[in-house]
Amino acid sequence: MKLPRWFHMLGSPPHVYALAGRVSPWIGALGCTLIVVGVGWGLGFAPTDYVQSEVYRIIYIHPQTAYVSMQAYVLLAVAAGIGFIWRIKLAHAVAVSAAPIGASFTFCALVTGSIWGAPTWGTFWEWGDPRIMFELLLLFLFLGYMALRAAFDDRDKADRVSAILGVVGVVNVPIIHYSVIWWTTLHQGPSITGLDDPSIDSSMLWPFLLMMFGFMFFFFWLLLERLRAEIVVREQGARWLTDLMAGGKT
Amino acid sequence: MSEFLQMGGYAPYVWSAYGITLVTLVLNVWWIRRLHRRALDQARNAAEPGAGARLPKVRRIE
Repeated sequence: MKLPRWFHMLGSPPHVYALAGRVSPWIGALGCTLIVVGVGWGLGFAPTDYVQSEVYRIIYIHPQTAYVSMQAYVLLAVAAGIGFIWRIKLAHAVAVSAAPIGASFTFCALVTGSIWGAPTWGTFWEWGDPRIMFELLLLFLFLGYMALRAAFDDRDKADRVSAILGVVGVVNVPIIHYSVIWWTTLHQGPSITGLDDPSIDSSMLWPFLLMMFGFMFFFFWLLLERLRAEIVVREQGARWLTDLMAGGKT
Repeated sequence: MSEFLQMGGYAPYVWSAYGITLVTLVLNVWWIRRLHRRALDQARNAAEPGAGARLPKVRRIE
């Protein structure tokens, strides 16, 4: 099978550096716009919840950060797997870039969930709750991936060994997703159970979805920018980078 | 306005959750920018020692 030329170009650091630089401002602007509109709508205009009152408004950031944290891990695992199997260095660079950003979204999901739990569950933290535990495990997987890499001086070795951890850890993602269905838990069920019959009203669904896509685009913006930095780190001394800097185009 | 800020008595919860999330997003941007800039400076220094933007400015004393 003959692969198209643009596909081969995705393995080329100078091409990806330039492409990411052109695309990322648009993705960033879109993400920021969706978040600003979503926050305004969610905090200012969406109706009050009749069970949870105003504290329910954390629903416009908590599920979104949690969802993006899982998405970030799947992306890390796929990129690391591609890098491991086909020995593509840029794929490892993508995995490396996803890890710290994913960890920060996981942190947000845990903290906002904890803050939401205090008034609604009566506790900031519940060790017995499966979803909290597996989301915490997700944080440790991101941090473990980064720590494992830091243990190697040789980058190629770090890429290959950390990729194994990255790929194996992905089993945790479906466990987080189905944890509220498989086990009895304090955590409330999913807010979106299918667009034909969502379990939340459309007046709340719209800001919910705006924030969901806003965080996704924001994540991809961060990922592209982090990937550009990672390419510069990895391509120190490369001719194309020296030329690019001499031309003032970085 | 003050009613909005009070969030039905849940102000500490709602605003801290939004605040921490905002700070995390901003820190991500700041930290990635810094990493990118430093890597470029390092590459510049390696290509042409002494040309890095981070070198201290020295004023000649006449």
